[in-house]
Amino acid sequence: MRGAGRSNSTDPDRTVCMTNCPTLIVTVGLPARGKTYISKKLTRYLNWIGVPTKEFNVGQYRRECVKIYKSFEFFRPDNEEGLKIRKQCASAALNDVRQYLTEEGGQVAVFDATNTTRERRETINRFAEQNGFKVFFVESVCEDPDVIAENIVQVKLGSPDYTHCNTEQAVEDFMKRIKCYENSYQPLDEVLDRELSFIKIIDVGRRYLVNQVQDHIQSRIVYYLMNIHITPRSIYLCRHGESELNVRGRIGGDSGLTARGKEFARCLGQFMHKQGISDLKVWTSQMKRTIQTAEALGVPYEQWKALNEIDAGVCEELMYEEIQQRYPLEFALRDQDKYRYRYPKGESYEDLVQRLEPVIMELERQENVLVICHQAVMRCLLAYFLDKTAEELPYLKCPLHSVLKLTPVAYGCKVERISLKVEAVNTHRERPENVNVHRTAEDALQTVPAHL
Amino acid sequence: MVSDATGLRLKLARLQVVQLICLEAAVNGYSTQNPSFCVIPTTTFHNYHYWHILFSYSLINVHTVRSAAFTVRTAASRPQFTNSPTMIVMVGLPARGKTYISKKLTRYLNWIGVPTQVFNLGQYRREAVKSYKNYEFFRPDNEEAMNIRRACALNALKDIANYFAKEQGQVAVFDATNTTRERRGVIISFAKEKGYKVFFIESICDDPEIIEANIMEVKVSSPDYENCDKEEALEDFLKRIECYKTTYVSLDDESDRHLSYIKIFNVGSRYLVNRVQDHIQSRIVYYLMNIHVTPRSIYLSRHGESELNLLGRIGGDSGLSSQGKKYASTLSEFIRDQAIKDLKVWTSHMKRTIQTAEALGVAYEQWKALNEIDAGVCEEMTYEEIQENYPEEFAMRDQDKYRYRYPKGESYEDLVHRLEPVIMELERQENVLVICHQAVMRCLLAYFLDKSADELPYLKCPLHTVLRLTPVAYGCKIEPFYLNIKAVNTHREKPVVSQRTFNSIADHQFQQLISMVYLFSRMWM
Repeated sequence: MRGAGRSNSTDPDRTVCMTNCPTLIVTVGLPARGKTYISKKLTRYLNWIGVPTKEFNVGQYRRECVKIYKSFEFFRPDNEEGLKIRKQCASAALNDVRQYLTEEGGQVAVFDATNTTRERRETINRFAEQNGFKVFFVESVCEDPDVIAENIVQVKLGSPDYTHCNTEQAVEDFMKRIKCYENSYQPLDEVLDRELSFIKIIDVGRRYLVNQVQDHIQSRIVYYLMNIHITPRSIYLCRHGESELNVRGRIGGDSGLTARGKEFARCLGQFMHKQGISDLKVWTSQMKRTIQTAEALGVPYEQWKALNEIDAGVCEELMYEEIQQRYPLEFALRDQDKYRYRYPKGESYEDLVQRLEPVIMELERQENVLVICHQAVMRCLLAYFLDKTAEELPYLKCPLHSVLKLTPVAYGCKVERISLKVEAVNTHRERPENVNVHRTAEDALQTVPAHL
Repeated sequence: MVSDATGLRLKLARLQVVQLICLEAAVNGYSTQNPSFCVIPTTTFHNYHYWHILFSYSLINVHTVRSAAFTVRTAASRPQFTNSPTMIVMVGLPARGKTYISKKLTRYLNWIGVPTQVFNLGQYRREAVKSYKNYEFFRPDNEEAMNIRRACALNALKDIANYFAKEQGQVAVFDATNTTRERRGVIISFAKEKGYKVFFIESICDDPEIIEANIMEVKVSSPDYENCDKEEALEDFLKRIECYKTTYVSLDDESDRHLSYIKIFNVGSRYLVNRVQDHIQSRIVYYLMNIHVTPRSIYLSRHGESELNLLGRIGGDSGLSSQGKKYASTLSEFIRDQAIKDLKVWTSHMKRTIQTAEALGVAYEQWKALNEIDAGVCEEMTYEEIQENYPEEFAMRDQDKYRYRYPKGESYEDLVHRLEPVIMELERQENVLVICHQAVMRCLLAYFLDKSADELPYLKCPLHTVLRLTPVAYGCKIEPFYLNIKAVNTHREKPVVSQRTFNSIADHQFQQLISMVYLFSRMWM
């Protein structure tokens, strides 16, 4: 939760969850309306901000049950056997939801299915009530044929259901599948469903209807859903050019660029120019090295304090060797849990994520953006886009002098790594084998990268 | 005589120096109330350190002006919320909470740094028609009154244009009923002509209890009803509402689908949001969806007196002194006596607030965002030590305490930014006790009491005093409770002398800068 900090001890009485009881998010809508896209994106966001979330896609359960998909006939409303199987799959999924939320420490479960009938939604409501879960519906309504066609092409054609069909056959079959649902579709209604908590997303975000938001997590979910869009765009992430403190192997500080760093800034300017992007926004932190890098681009840029590098507190501007010498215990603790470890008088990666949440929200709103930031910050942003866990996050490779181009595609993000061929020192420190507090200096410094 | 090549190098070098100084100033986060403008052509960096030694950095406050190639915003700048001014237009029958929303929203936007002002049409009408007789003024067939009301609306729009053009406003809230499509059409054309964005906020409510409660809380005491008793006022006002009902056309899903708006139903049980255009509108929507009108109280208090407080040192992370511990237990009794329903308790991550909360014996939540302002290099110093070690910094802080950022630390402006999620969650919650620190409490208080950036850093927040804030009518009632446990005073008023001394320092450096700019602009030609 933004702000709901934990003291460094893990006293359960002191940990406060975002929600008092687990939340079940239920998607509603005809096929190809973006339900799975929303489910996956929302799950990724909630996990990144620290709310354990998992999605349960009923289509997956159905594919496991009915090994081979023949045609849309399976979905016909008069296909008794089909209906039975689909109901079973839904129940199986709900069972897994219950297990996740009650036994596996999950806080939010996203139940991704069409849920187009009031009857099915009633069943889910009863299930949630029995188990003490809150329910929040997310309905996607869209009548624009272009959007629907684009959806089908992007995600349905590649689905396991259509591996043996050609494009035309698949599209035709899928359109007939949608028809099967249309007759029995009962959208969430302002009047009939006024006691339910829901958001109705109309025409991919042109309009929203929000009803009975119950608590903080639902309010955050609504805010997030209202800020995302599907306009094609790319996000460029890179670090500042090599800095004076980088070459000396020192962390943190606020130094300027080396000659090689300036060369990188120049190459970055050329590279971005070649990309030929209209309306590119450039963001930097408020530290010299990112500002100097952006200066070389010769375009207006915006400074975000939130993009500043992680504050290493008492270890600012020290070399790893000096940290091992002066604070061997801290050094070991950091290697044990790099994500949660907070430098004395400094920050942790966990704090960074909280600090970066408004940046992520604004990145979602924007279109083409170049973010010039720092190693730890870039790791956090990358973990959001590539859905990395808290364990992987602090060890993501973000070398100097390379640009990552992220392009949203289908349900995820395409990553292109472009190295701008300017030499730089390596600042990546792998997790050493020995993280015991009584380890030797040699073991501790095993993975420290070379420097002057 | 210098050769051409050397001369050129010299020119470049001097250009860089001035650019460096501006860059340094920007990077170190100084803005100023008296901006000095520097327009410098772009050049590349060379010999950074050499020139850095010659001209010591960050002694000059400059704002850099965006030129085609060289752009540095002051480091204290937030991302641009909006490029063009935005008009927020309220829509709704009387007593639907429009003025409540207008004032609250304006207070919030100003607090987060977006210059905003309310333009209340009722005020314009009261100035035009000195005394209000009765509801007949609002009858749709009252031609004379209609003309007056239309003229008032046009006057308000003119003032809005002036606010945007001359007074650097970014958001104007047009608080009126705006219940007809015709009136909204006039506003939209006006905005289109001037290049303003428009965002409508419509409040729809058909619960007679809520409406009557509104009328009793804010209408019967309005200047319109000075000479009436409550019953008369209520009756007249209900008839006034009827006058509007006949011509009321709500924002329509179909015909108004190109407009940007939010419709709020029954005080927030439901919202309809259409075509949010940009960041500021998205923030406004988020804010509106989090506020509520359920009666509640917010208690603000600092931690008990700390060890460092006793030594006159700022910042740090010390524990409570013996007086501080006494305060914590007295606070616990006070809270128990208040018998507050479902009280939430929030603290920061620092020892002194946690120790204070511990004495309450109830569950509490720790917020890193509630930590005291980071004084950077001045952490744990006394004011005397700061004066000795960093006299210029000390003077600059007194010059602009809100925007001044401690080296390697924070400014009040940064604090406000950091506290925004806390405010948002406070709006969502009901009864909350926030145990925090002096600078933090000043920021929170400034939000609730609508204090300006100039007043904020000097608000009085003494130790061992609880402030109870209760929303009432259009504002906040504040009650201080001094719990009678002695503590040191940590409040530092704005000194009077520093202004002149500082101005002379700044002016001197500025003279140097201007003469250099002049010099090489001559050389460049």
